[in-house]
This record gives sequence, C-alpha cells and structure tokens, in this order.
Amino acid sequence: MNSERIVSVRTYAVVWVSLLILTVTTTGIAFIDLGGWNGFVAVTIGIVKALLVILYFMHIRFSQRLTWVFAGAGFFWLAILLGLTMSDTLTRAPVPPPTVATQVGVQPR
Amino acid sequence: MSEANLALAHQFDDPEQQLDASTTGMWVFLATEVMFFGGMFLGYTAYRLAYPEAFADASNLLDVWLGSINTAVLICSSFTMALAVHSAAEGRRQKIILFLILTMILGAIFLGIKFYEYYHKYEEHLIPGENFTYAGPSPRQAEIFLSFYFAMTGMHAFHMIIGFGLQTYLVIEAWRDRFSAAYHTPVELIGLYWHFVDIVWIFLFPLLYLVGRHL
Amino acid sequence: MNAQPLEQRQHYLNVSYGFKSWLLTTDHKRIAWLYLISVTFFFFVGGVFATLLRLELLTPQGDLVQAETYNKLFTMHGITMIFFFLIPSIPAVLGNFLVPMMIGARDLAFPRLNLASWYIYIIGGLFTLAAAAAGGVDTGWTFYTPYSSIYSNSNVALTVVGIFITGFSSILTGLNFVVTIHKMRAPGMTWFRLPLFIWAHYATSIIMILGTPVIAITLVLVALERLLHLGIFDPALGGDPLLFQHMFWFYSHPAVYIMILPAMGVESELITCFARKRAFGYSFIAASSVAIAVIGFLVWGHHMFVSGQSVYAGMVFSLLSFLVAIPSAIKVFNWTATLYKGSISLEAPMLYALGFIGLFTIGGLTGLFLATLGVDMHVHDTYFVIAHFHYIMVGGAVMGYMGGIHFWWPKMTGRLYPKALAKLAAITIFLGFNLTFFPQFVLGYLGMPRRYHVYPPEFQVLNVMSTAGASVLAVGYVLPLLYLIWSLRYGEVAGMNPWKATGLEWQTPSPPPTDNFEETPVVTREPYDYPAQKPQAIFPQGAAEHV
Repeated sequence: MNSERIVSVRTYAVVWVSLLILTVTTTGIAFIDLGGWNGFVAVTIGIVKALLVILYFMHIRFSQRLTWVFAGAGFFWLAILLGLTMSDTLTRAPVPPPTVATQVGVQPR
Repeated sequence: MSEANLALAHQFDDPEQQLDASTTGMWVFLATEVMFFGGMFLGYTAYRLAYPEAFADASNLLDVWLGSINTAVLICSSFTMALAVHSAAEGRRQKIILFLILTMILGAIFLGIKFYEYYHKYEEHLIPGENFTYAGPSPRQAEIFLSFYFAMTGMHAFHMIIGFGLQTYLVIEAWRDRFSAAYHTPVELIGLYWHFVDIVWIFLFPLLYLVGRHL
Repeated sequence: MNAQPLEQRQHYLNVSYGFKSWLLTTDHKRIAWLYLISVTFFFFVGGVFATLLRLELLTPQGDLVQAETYNKLFTMHGITMIFFFLIPSIPAVLGNFLVPMMIGARDLAFPRLNLASWYIYIIGGLFTLAAAAAGGVDTGWTFYTPYSSIYSNSNVALTVVGIFITGFSSILTGLNFVVTIHKMRAPGMTWFRLPLFIWAHYATSIIMILGTPVIAITLVLVALERLLHLGIFDPALGGDPLLFQHMFWFYSHPAVYIMILPAMGVESELITCFARKRAFGYSFIAASSVAIAVIGFLVWGHHMFVSGQSVYAGMVFSLLSFLVAIPSAIKVFNWTATLYKGSISLEAPMLYALGFIGLFTIGGLTGLFLATLGVDMHVHDTYFVIAHFHYIMVGGAVMGYMGGIHFWWPKMTGRLYPKALAKLAAITIFLGFNLTFFPQFVLGYLGMPRRYHVYPPEFQVLNVMSTAGASVLAVGYVLPLLYLIWSLRYGEVAGMNPWKATGLEWQTPSPPPTDNFEETPVVTREPYDYPAQKPQAIFPQGAAEHV
C-alpha cells in the first residue's frame, strides 16, 4: 500500500535543501568550460534532482514494486523513442553539395 | 476508518483497494505525461545535436538568473506540496490549507516570472513567426530553438495552471473538512502531479537556459 | 429451462430509462453501448468515403472527382476509420463491456473516467466532422510535414485538434483497463487464469498509454506551426521533416497493434468455444500479446525506408520488424493447434474467427515483404501496401470485431439473431473482402501507386474487380446492422449461456444485472475448461442455470 509510512518532515527538508544546492551547482558549472561535457553534466545533475523528487517527494522509495514499474516504464519508453530516432539522425550520410555535373541543364566541363 | 468508508466507491471492496487503484492510476497517467513531454525533448535533442552552435547562441538570449530563481521557486513549491500531503496524512486541516496556499503562491510567482520573460521576448522580436528578427549568427536555427523554448515552457506553464486549478479544489475541500488521516487520496494524487510538473522543469532549465554559457 | 422473459427481471438495460440515465451513466455496460452506436456511425461515414474512392477508381481517368477532392476523400477515409472506428472499436465496445465481467468485478476502476472517455471521443469526433464539413483535409491521414504544417490549404489544424482530443479517450481507456486488471480481479483469478481476451486488452492498454501521448504532442506541434508559425518542422529554418515522421510513426505503428491485439483476444475466445477445446499454448499466447506490444514499439522506421532515413537505421528497423512477426505467428500456430481434433461448430462467430486466421496470416506475411528493404523500394506507396494493411485491418480487426459482436450479442442484449442470415452475412463479407483487396496486391506489385485518382488504363480490370468486391462487402456490412437491430425486439430470448462457453461473463444472466454478479465470484478453475458440457458452479449456492 502506498504512503502507509509517513515520510518525516526532516527527510523532506533534507531533500529540499539538496535540490536547491544542486540547482546552484548546475548553474555554476554551466559557466565553466568542460570541453563538450557541459551538456552531459547538466543532464546528469538533472537526473539526480529528478530522482530525489521521485524517491522522496513522490514516495517511490516506500512504494510497492508495481509502482516502480509504472514509474520507470515512462522513462524507459522515452529512452526507446530517443535512442532509436537518434540511430537514424546520427547515422545519416551528409548530403554532398551540388556540383556542376548534378545541376540540371549544365554540361559538365 | 469511517470517513474512508463513506468515501468508498461502489466498485471497490475496501478503502485500501480504492487508494491503491487511485494511486496506481495517477502513476500510469504520469507515465503518459512523460511520453507527452518526451516528444518535445526528442525534437530538442535532434536539433541540438544538429545545430550545437546555434543552440548555444540562442540559449544565451534567455535570462539565466530568472531561470535559476524560477527553478528554486518551483523546488520550494514542491517542498510545500510535500508538506501539504504530509499534513493531510496527519489529518491536520489548518496545515493542509496553509501549505497548499504556500504552494499556490510559489506557483504564481513562477508563472509571473515566466510571463515577464515571455513579454521581454515579445519586445525583443524574438517570438518565432513573422516578426522574428535576430541579428546573431544562424538566425533560422535560433528561431527553431526559440520555437522549442516557447512550446516546451508554454506546455509546462499550461500544466502548472491546471495544477493551480487542482490545488484550488483541494483548498476548498480541505476547508470543508473532507480530508482526514484515513482519507486524503486527492491530496496525494495532486501532489504526485505537482511533483511531476517540477521534474519537467528540472530538465527544461538546464536544456534551455544553460547551453553554452561558458562561451 | 429458458431464461425469464427479459421484462420481468431487473438488469442493466431496464434498471432505468431516459436520456439522462444513458448520457450520465457510469455503468461500463451502458458506456459500451454508447461507444457501439458511435463507432458504428463513424464506420459508415468512413465507408461513404471509401465508396466514393472506389467509384472514382472504376475508370482510369479522373472523372468523378478532382484530384484535390480525391486527396481529401482518402485522407478522411483513413482518419475516420483509424481514429474513430478501428482504435476504439473492440476495446471501447467489447472491452468496456467484458473486462470487468471477465475478471469478476462490478465495474472498471474508474467509471466516471470511463464516461469522460466517451465524451472526449465524441468531442474529438465532432471537431473532425466539422473539418470534413468545412472542406476536409488533403494531407493523407499521415499528415507529413512540411505539407501539413505549412503548405496545405485544407483544414489541418481543425482536424489535428480533433484527433488530439480523441487520443485522450484512448489514453484514459487504456489507463482504466490497466488499473482494473491489476487491482480488481476476483478472488482466485490469478494472472494465468485470465481469459486471453484480458491479456490482449492489457497489452493493448500498454500501447495506448505509452504511444498515444507521442502523437498527441506531434499533432500539437503541427497545429502550433500552422497557427502560430512556431517553425519546428520547417525546412527553410533547418527543420527536419523526418523528425515529424519519427514522432508520428512512433505512435502510429504501435497503433496498428492497438487495432489487432483486441481482435486476437476475441479470436482466442471464439476458437476455444467453437472447437470446444482449451487454448493450445495458453501462456505462449498470453506472452505473445505482451511481446507484440513491446516489440511493436521498436519497428516504426519501416514506414520510412524511402524517406531519407539512414540506411543503417533502415537495417535495424527491418530486422526488428521481422522479429515482431514471430509472436503473431506463434498465435496463429496456437489457434490452429487448438482447432486440431477439436469439435468444430460453424456458428456465425466461428465463421468470422476462421476467416480471421487466414486473412490475418496473408496480411501478416505480406508485412514481411514490406519489411524487406529491397522489396519495399519497389512496393512502398503502391497498392501492395494498401492491400497489406487492409488484410490485417479489415480481414483481421474488423472480422474480429464482427465475430465478437456476434458472440457476445446474446450476453449484451439477452437476444439471439437469425443464425442463417448471420452466416450468410459472414460469408458475404469474406468473399466481398477478398474480391476487393486481393486484386490490390497484384496492382501494387505491377506498380500502381497509392493516393492517385488516375491510373494507367492497363490497370482498369483489376480496379473494377476491386470496386465490385467493395459493393459486395458493403452489403455484407449492412446485413448485420439490420438483423441485429431487428433482434433487439424480435430475436429469440437467449439464456445465460447459449454457446455453452466458459468464462465468468457466461455465469451471470443475459442481460447482466447492473453490478454484473449477484455476489463476487470465486475462481477455482483454469480458463477454457472445455469440454465442459455444464457451466461451472462457481457461486457458493451452485445455482448456475443449465441452458
């Protein structure tokens, strides 16, 4: 059953402060050049924050396994959407710029 | 236990089954919301990978301080919402109403800042469409970035407004003493919804506001 | 001993009268009727569009309608049939009626949400009908950008808003089913005692829940692009039309499994009952339903082989598309094995069921043709594709729907329909269907493209055959409309279990009382406990009626 165990106010407060600290962190790191890793770090911090909200504010930590499955299913399916679409967009061969020979009506030299 | 039995719908056998089914139903709904916003995250990802400089450029058009403040505001509103649910579980009517109203105030601050940002974009001719003018490099891809900015934050704001309406309903019901330690399912469910809206923003903020800030 | 005359006993149909009692009902059985009437209406609307299409195609020239009108006709045909008939049909009609009964519950988990689903469906339908009245849409039901988002002059925004709204009906139905099946099964109804109809609807619900939101947001973005010029798919800005196709097909491919899985669920019920045998490989059929739902989400790129998708992605999607055929094949093998040495009776529902096996197999196998990259290069966007999906959608899904309606009609209404007429209609549909669509395989293979209102004259004979078949098919569909309505007043009174089938829904009177069962059943037996000449005594008093 859900929420039979009442999460303490203290736990909520700890999570709250952690979320604020992580927000400051992610904003601060954004101004530091991490050589291409900025995006990855930002998303990772976002995932940590999201997990804190899901586990504690949304009580997943104390919920039955079936709830974990439903909670996870959405993100898992989103991963399918992103992953398989990227398998196309990241592997497209670049279209070469038009040359003289490919222009209509122009004789190649 | 008697309040819970009074609120028992006829298709359920007992209040535990009702609470269980209702909570499960809300999680299933949130899974659909993940996929709904997820479509826009897909589009964003595809274009960011295709036009990294243009996105970094356009991201700097957003006010990072307002965005950060808004993120903090929403996190605080999630905290107060969690406290509202906690108060409901303890059956404390006054506290439910207090924390719900705090949540709504924080939500209103968020929306206020958001619309201020939108208005600013309108003044700077950065709303995609006929009046879009951008003097920087890659104006067309910058327009795509801003299309995503408005679509994603707009959809998020729409969900917040709905949340506002739901919280108003909760305040009224709490005022009418409809909730108790035995029965407070609507508070829990709407709490889940509100935390989800917070999670969406947790991802929107870095993806929209923090691209290429170090440049 | 015959059942009491309907009028003397209280049941869900006579417990209250009047518009309000129907339009404000929360009884899942009444809501099923609301859907039944609505989807039938949209089926015939879609049929009218199809009739005009096939009439135009009688001649190679464009003499009945102009090209733009033809574009609108096939678009509206597709939209109406897919979103307003096929997707809701079995789940919203038979699923709504039967899911609670089959698991021994009094109603679905969220009855008011169920009613809201129907209203949402109707509102979406009204938007789409308004778009049709305002002149229709000409983009094809696939709404490819940038034509739909920028260049089309038809009522795109109005239509996509209608489909967006109706999508929520689908999502909420799926949500209701999933929660109900998880949380409201009667005592003793373990997962592996569930009828395969329930497994099929569970799998369908997963797709509804996880897929529909993606097309919802996709259509929102198209609408925003059209109305507010948010250029997300605009190539002039660097936008990618293929992004739309990825997002669109991510839902629309699993959508075809939303359309076929429930029919497969019906199939399992019909085959077992009319062969008087337990399902061969029950757990395989159950697992296949879930496998189809999951793998079905991984194959959408096979609609985009020639669109500019990378070859690498094309190979991945092709391979996955071959994989998804496997669980479907497993089902066909298992149904066939169930028939083997069974005691077959050729009632009308069984005729639909037998037709389903053959036609679905043909449709499915031709899907493998299309999943093969090299072959698809030649037959993509030809009538081969049209024939393929109509074999599955009409030869499969619609036959499943008709079979299910005929099977559960006595339970829903307490009446039987004229058996000979029903069999005649089933055979008419089967013959008309094949005459309509088999020539289209040939046409496609010979190169006739789809979505054209004119064609080279050498294709006329096959087109005439197809149109002739369509008129036979139309007769086949009108017949049940007539005799089923007739049976409501004049049909023979059905007993509790006219087919002597297993399943909890047959252990309660026809029509059922509002709360389905006098008291909550307790399940002790395995499903499809055939040969069961007597209905099982599952109620404590053992007062099940003999029929």
